[in-house]
Amino acid sequence: METRIERHTICVLVDNEAGVLARVIGLFSGRGYNIESLTVAEVEKSQRLSRITVVTTGTPMIIEQIKAQLSRLVPVHKVSDLTIEGPHLERELALVKVAGTGEKRVESLRIADIFRARVVDWTIESFVFEMTGSTEKLDAFINLMQPLGLVDVSRTGVVAIARGPEPL
Amino acid sequence: MTGHTEMLGATMVLKALADQGVDVVFGYPGGAVLPIYDELFKQNRVRHILVRHEQAAVHAAEGYARSTGKVGVVLVTSGPGATNAVTGLTDALMDSIPIVCLTGQVPTHLIGNDAFQEADTTGITRPCTKHNYLVKRIEDLSRTLHEAFYVARSGRPGPVVVDLPKDVQQTRGPYLGPEQVEHRSYRPQTEPDPAKIAEAVDMMMAAKRPLFYCGGGVVNSGRKASELLTRLVHMTGFPCTLTLMGLGAFPASDKQFLGMLGMHGTYEANLAMHGCDVMINIGARFDDRVTGKIAAFSPGSKKIHVDIDPSSINKNVRVDLGIVGDATSVLEALIAEWKRRDARADGKALDRWWRQIEEWRARDCLRYQQSETLIKPQYALQRLYDAIKDRDAYVTTEVGQHQMWAAQFLKFEQPHRWMTSGGLGTMGYGLPAAIGVQIAHPESLVIDVAGEASILMNIQELSTARQFNLPVKLFILNNQWMGMVRQWQELLHGGRYSESYTASLPDFVKLAEAFGATGLRATKPQDVDGVIARMIETKGPVVVDVCVDQKENCFPMIPSGAAHNEMLLGPGDEAKKPISEEGMVLV
Ligand SMILES: Cc1ncc(C[n+]2csc(CCOP(=O)(O)OP(=O)(O)O)c2C)c(N)n1
Ligand SMILES: [Mg+2]
Repeated sequence: METRIERHTICVLVDNEAGVLARVIGLFSGRGYNIESLTVAEVEKSQRLSRITVVTTGTPMIIEQIKAQLSRLVPVHKVSDLTIEGPHLERELALVKVAGTGEKRVESLRIADIFRARVVDWTIESFVFEMTGSTEKLDAFINLMQPLGLVDVSRTGVVAIARGPEPL
Repeated sequence: MTGHTEMLGATMVLKALADQGVDVVFGYPGGAVLPIYDELFKQNRVRHILVRHEQAAVHAAEGYARSTGKVGVVLVTSGPGATNAVTGLTDALMDSIPIVCLTGQVPTHLIGNDAFQEADTTGITRPCTKHNYLVKRIEDLSRTLHEAFYVARSGRPGPVVVDLPKDVQQTRGPYLGPEQVEHRSYRPQTEPDPAKIAEAVDMMMAAKRPLFYCGGGVVNSGRKASELLTRLVHMTGFPCTLTLMGLGAFPASDKQFLGMLGMHGTYEANLAMHGCDVMINIGARFDDRVTGKIAAFSPGSKKIHVDIDPSSINKNVRVDLGIVGDATSVLEALIAEWKRRDARADGKALDRWWRQIEEWRARDCLRYQQSETLIKPQYALQRLYDAIKDRDAYVTTEVGQHQMWAAQFLKFEQPHRWMTSGGLGTMGYGLPAAIGVQIAHPESLVIDVAGEASILMNIQELSTARQFNLPVKLFILNNQWMGMVRQWQELLHGGRYSESYTASLPDFVKLAEAFGATGLRATKPQDVDGVIARMIETKGPVVVDVCVDQKENCFPMIPSGAAHNEMLLGPGDEAKKPISEEGMVLV
C-alpha cells in the first residue's frame, strides 16, 4: 500500500449554518485525519455560502477518503482539491510582534522591508508587522524575527484559489 | 399559489409526519415534548408505541424500517431521553438504517444555560447521525422535518435527529407540505457511469474464478435489487456469498450460494474470497469482520466495488473499479450490458472453479458434534429453522455466539426478513427490533434469537410487547456465559474467564410470567421440538429458555489478524494455529 505522505489544499463550499464547522472539524478528529490549517468565512451573503480552506496531509488513499467524507456531509456543496486540480494561489496573513530596542530593532525593520511586511503598530520598544504571502515565506520571516525579539505571532492559515477565469 | 396554512409547531410536527406517510412512532414522553404528545392525543392518524427505554425506541424503529423499507420514526424528550437514544442512533448509522428521531429541547432562550434536562443534543449526536438539525425558528420547522425524511432515506440511508425546543413547538407559523420543499445541496448519485458498467462486464467476461460478494446495500436498495441480483448471478453462473447484513439478498437455498463470509463465515465462502480472480462487490463495505488481515485479503483478485456511498470505495481495500450508484440501477445496467453483448462466462474455467468450490463445500464446515444429553445451540437452531421455514417469519438477534449461529443455521430466501446489529454489535438490539417488526407485520411470526446476557439489556421491553399484544417470541440460547467473550478468552487469553460468567441469572420462565408473557423451558435435546411447537402456537409474547451446552464454541472462525485461508474449522484446530500478536490488539 502507498505510504507516501502528501500535503493537499482542499476548498469546501458549505451552507453557512449552525454547526457546519463542527461537522467538518469533527470529521477530521473522529477519523484521525490531520489538519495543518483551516480557515473559514462567508463568501456569498445572499446564498449564505461559506468557504473552508483546509490544508491536510496523508497518504494518497487517505487524501481520497478525506475528500469523499467531506463530500458526503449534507451541507457541503462542493469539494475541490486545488493541489491536483491545476495551478492555484495560496496566501496566508500574519501579524508578527517584535519587541526590542537599538540595533535589533533597526534590523527587524530592515528585514521587514525586504519581505514587504508593513508596520501596522509601533511603540518605542515594539513593532507589529503585517505580512501576506505563502506559508513558507511567512515561516522564513518569523524565523528571522526570532533572534530579534519576536514575542507574539497570529496567523490566519491558508486561503487558496485556482488561477484562471473559472469559479470553484 | 395558495397561501400557507398557519398552525402551532406541535401540530405541524404531527401534520408533517402524516404527510410523510408515517403511520407509527416509537417514543417516550417528557417535559420538553409535552406539546407534541398533546397533539398526538388529539389525532388518530399516527399511532404511538410507548417503549420502556429510549434506546429501545430507536431499535424498534430500526426493526420497523428494515422489515418494511420505510423510514422509522422516534420521539423522545430532551436531556436523558436524547442521550438514551444515542446507542440506537449509532447502531442505525453503522448499519445504514433510515430513522428520523425527534428530540425535545429546552426553550431557545434557555439553551446554553444548563437548564433542567438540557443536553447539547446536536453536539452529542453529530458523529452518530447522518445529519442533525436544531430548529430555532418556527419558520424553519416544516421544511426541516421534510428535509430530515429526505436525507434519512436518500443515498446511503441513516439516522437524522431533529431537535425541537419547546417554545418552537408552542409557536404558530406557516406550514409547507413535502412537495414545497427541496434540499439545497444534497443530491446523492444513484445512476452509474455507463463506461464503468462496460468495464465491469469486460472484467466479468474475462474472469476465470469470479465471485459475487454482496451486502446490506442490496437489501437497502429495495426488494427489486435482490431480484436483479438473483437474475444476474443466474445469468453469469458465478458463485455468490453474502455478508451478515446481506443475508436474504440472494436465496440461501440456491446452489450458487456459498453461505455467509467473514469471521464466522463458511469455509467455501472465505476460501473463494481468498482464491477468486474477479470479485464483484455490490453494496458491501470491506468491513474488517469480512476482510480479516487486509494485507493478505484476496491477494490475486481484481476488485469491482459498487456502492452508493463514494466514501466506501477505496476506504479499507484498494479496488480496481469503483462504481458509484444505487444497487438497483447498477444491477439493471449490468444485466442490460451482459445481455446486449450476449456475454458468456469462460465456461471451462468456471467449471474448474466450481469443482474447487465443491471440494471446499464438502468439508461441511458447519458440522458439529451432536449430543444425547446436552442441547447443542446449533441443533436448537436447526430445529427452529425446520419449524419456521415454511412460515411467514422474521428473525432478529441479539449479539454474540447465538447471533453467528443464527446467521449460519437459519436460511433466508428473501430480503428484509433478517435484522441483526452488524456494524455496532449492540447487545439488547433484538427484542426491541422484534417489537418494531411485529408492529409492521402484525400477522407474521417474529422471533428474537437471543443470548441470556444480551436479552437482559432491554428485557423491560417485554412490558411493551404485553401492552400492545405483540406476540414476539424470544428464543434464548441460554449458555449462562457471555459465550462470545468466553470463546475469545479461551482462544486468546489462556482460558482466564474474567467476568464472562453470569451468576444469579433470573429464572426466565418466571420472568416471562411476571411480564404477563408465557415462559417455556427446554433442558434436553428431546424437549426442543415440543418447546418450539408450543412457542409458535402460543398466542402473545413467549420467552423460551433453551438451556444449551455451556462450552460450545462458534466455528468456523477466522481469528482476528489472520487471513481467510488461516481459518479455524473446529475445536481440534485451535492448538495448531496460535494467534499472532497483531491479532491480539484487534477487536
Ligand atoms: C452493549 C454491548 N456490550 C458489550 C458487548 C460485548 N459482547 C459481545 S458478545 C457478548 C456476550 C453476549 O452474551 P450472550 O448474549 O449470552 O450471547 P452468547 O455469546 O452467549 O450467545 C458481549 C459482552 C456488546 N457487543 N454490546
Ligand atoms: Mg450466553
